[in-house]
Amino acid sequence: MLEIRNVTKTFGGFTAVSDVSLTVDKGQIAAVIGPNGAGKSTFFNLITGALRPDTGSITLNGADITGIAAHKICGAGMGRSFQRTNIFPKLTVFENVQAAYIAHRGRGHNFWSPAESFYRDETEALLRSIGLWDQRGTIGGIMSYGNQKQLELGLALASDPALLLLDEPTAGMSANETHDAIRLLEKIAGERHLTLLFTEHDMEVVFSIAQKIAVLHQGRKIAEGKPEEVRADPEVRRIYLGHH
Amino acid sequence: MSKRIPWTLIIFLAALTIPWLGSRYYTFLSTQIVILSLFAVSYNLLLGSTGLVSFGHAAYFGLGSYACGLLMKELSIPFPIALLAGGLMGAAFAAVAGYFCVRLTKIYFSMLTLAFAQIMWAICFQWNEVTGGDQGVSGIPYPELGWMSSIPGLDGFRIGDYFYIMTLAICIVCIWILQRITNSPFGRLLTTIRENPERASFIGVNVHAYELAAFVIAGGFAGISGALFGIFNRGVFADFMFWPKSAEVLIMTILGGMNHFWGPVVGTIMMVVLNQQITSYTEYWPMVLGIILLVLLFVFPGGLVGAVDAGLKRVTGRAGGRGDA
Repeated sequence: MLEIRNVTKTFGGFTAVSDVSLTVDKGQIAAVIGPNGAGKSTFFNLITGALRPDTGSITLNGADITGIAAHKICGAGMGRSFQRTNIFPKLTVFENVQAAYIAHRGRGHNFWSPAESFYRDETEALLRSIGLWDQRGTIGGIMSYGNQKQLELGLALASDPALLLLDEPTAGMSANETHDAIRLLEKIAGERHLTLLFTEHDMEVVFSIAQKIAVLHQGRKIAEGKPEEVRADPEVRRIYLGHH
Repeated sequence: MSKRIPWTLIIFLAALTIPWLGSRYYTFLSTQIVILSLFAVSYNLLLGSTGLVSFGHAAYFGLGSYACGLLMKELSIPFPIALLAGGLMGAAFAAVAGYFCVRLTKIYFSMLTLAFAQIMWAICFQWNEVTGGDQGVSGIPYPELGWMSSIPGLDGFRIGDYFYIMTLAICIVCIWILQRITNSPFGRLLTTIRENPERASFIGVNVHAYELAAFVIAGGFAGISGALFGIFNRGVFADFMFWPKSAEVLIMTILGGMNHFWGPVVGTIMMVVLNQQITSYTEYWPMVLGIILLVLLFVFPGGLVGAVDAGLKRVTGRAGGRGDA
C-alpha cells in the first residue's frame, strides 16, 4: 500500500535520512523506532510531504505522492497526527471534527448555507467512536492532554484515511492515558481496516501493537521485521534496546 | 446562529427610525456610522475570522470611492452601476495585492499589506490627471433619490434622509451577506486557519487560496463602503487610502470586539460618536481620543461586545456559548 523507495534527505551537510526504503502492506500496523536524532521525524515529514526528499520516491496505492502539498494529503487517502497536539483550540470538539469533514469533502466553497448544519450525523458517529461525544460542546483547547490527542485522532479520521500516520501518539501521556490511547487505536484500526504507521519512543507500546518494526539509527535503516526478529537483532540490541 | 434572534433585522429596523427623529445632525452621524460599519465588518472577515492582520484595508475602501465617484462625475454612469464598480475595483486590487500577501505570514503579511496600500495611495496622490492628486475629486453628483418620496410613509423627508435610508439598506444587505459568509462552511474553514494554519492544511484546506478569497471578499465590500462614503462626503481624497485610515478600521474592530460578528459595528459607533463629542469640547481631541481608546482596550481586551458577553455569561451561568462570530 505505502511504498518508500531509497529516500534521502540532507540539510546542509547533514544527512538526516539516508537511503531508507520501507513497505507497509494494507491493514498492517507498522512502527518506526530509533533513538533521538535517528531521523524519525524527518522520515515522517518526507512521507507526509512536509519535506521533499533529495532522492527516492514515495507511492501510496501506486500513486506518486513524493513532496505532495499538505492540503492534498488527505485527498490521497492519508491522515496524520502530530507529535505536539495540533487541534483548533478555540473551536468546540464538535466544530473541530465538523470542520474536518467540511474540508475533506470539499464543501468549503459553499459561502452561503449555515455551516452548523453540515455533517452532523457523521460528526456524531465519529465523536462517539473516539469517546468524545460527551464533551462535544467543550472548547478543544481547555481539555486534558489525553483528550486533545483523542480529538486530534478524530480530525485525522474525518478524512476517512486508508493509511494513518501517527507521530509519537503517546508522547507526554501518563501510563494510564497511554494504555487507553493504545486500546482506542487498536479498536479504531480494527473497525476501519486502517493501515497504521507510527513512530514511538515507548517500547512497550511498540511491541504490544506493531506487526512490523523498522529501526532507524543515524538516518539509516538498520533493521526491519516482526517484533520478535527486531528484538533479537544484535545490532538493535547494541545501539538501542541496550539503553532501555 | 446564537439563540435565533434576528439581530440583522432588529438592527435594521432600529437604525431605520433615525430620520423620524427629525435631526439633520443625527442623520449625518448615522450615515457615517452605517457606512464605516460595513467597512469594519468587511475588515473583520480578515481579522476576526481568518486571523489576518491587514494594515492596508483602507486602500480598497479608497479605490472603491475613486472608481464610483469618477464614474458618476466624469461619465455620468448611474449610481447602482458605479457602486458595483466600486466594489469590483476594491475586489480586483485586493486580488492582485492579496496574491502576494497571503504567501507571507504574521507580521510579514501585515507589512506587505501596508506596502501595497501605500503604493496605491502614492499613485492616487500623484496622478493629477485622473484622481486630481492632492486636490481630490470634488463635486460628485448625488444619486437621483426623488423616487423615494413616492414610497408610502417616506414622503416629506430631506434628501440627506433619503440618502441615509438607501445607504442603510445597501449596507445592511452587504453586512447580512458577510454574516452568511462568516457562518458558512467557507467561513468555518477560515476559522480553522485562524486557529491553526498548519493543521488546517492537513485536514485538506488550501490555506493560501482561502486566505486570498477572504482578502478579495473583504476588499470588495470595503470598496462598496468607500463608494458610499465618497458620495456622502461629496468628494474623494487620497486621505481615504492613507495608512491612518487603515489603523482606524483596525482600532474600531478591536474596540468593539473582533470575536463577535457585531463587534466591529459597536466599535464604529463608539469611535464616530467619541470623535464628534470630543472635537466639540477640545482642540486636543486626538490626544483625548487616544487616551480613551487606550483605557478601553486595556480594560476590555475582548472588546466592548466581548466584555458584555462575558458579563452576561457570569450572570446567567451559561456555559459553552460562543456568540455568532
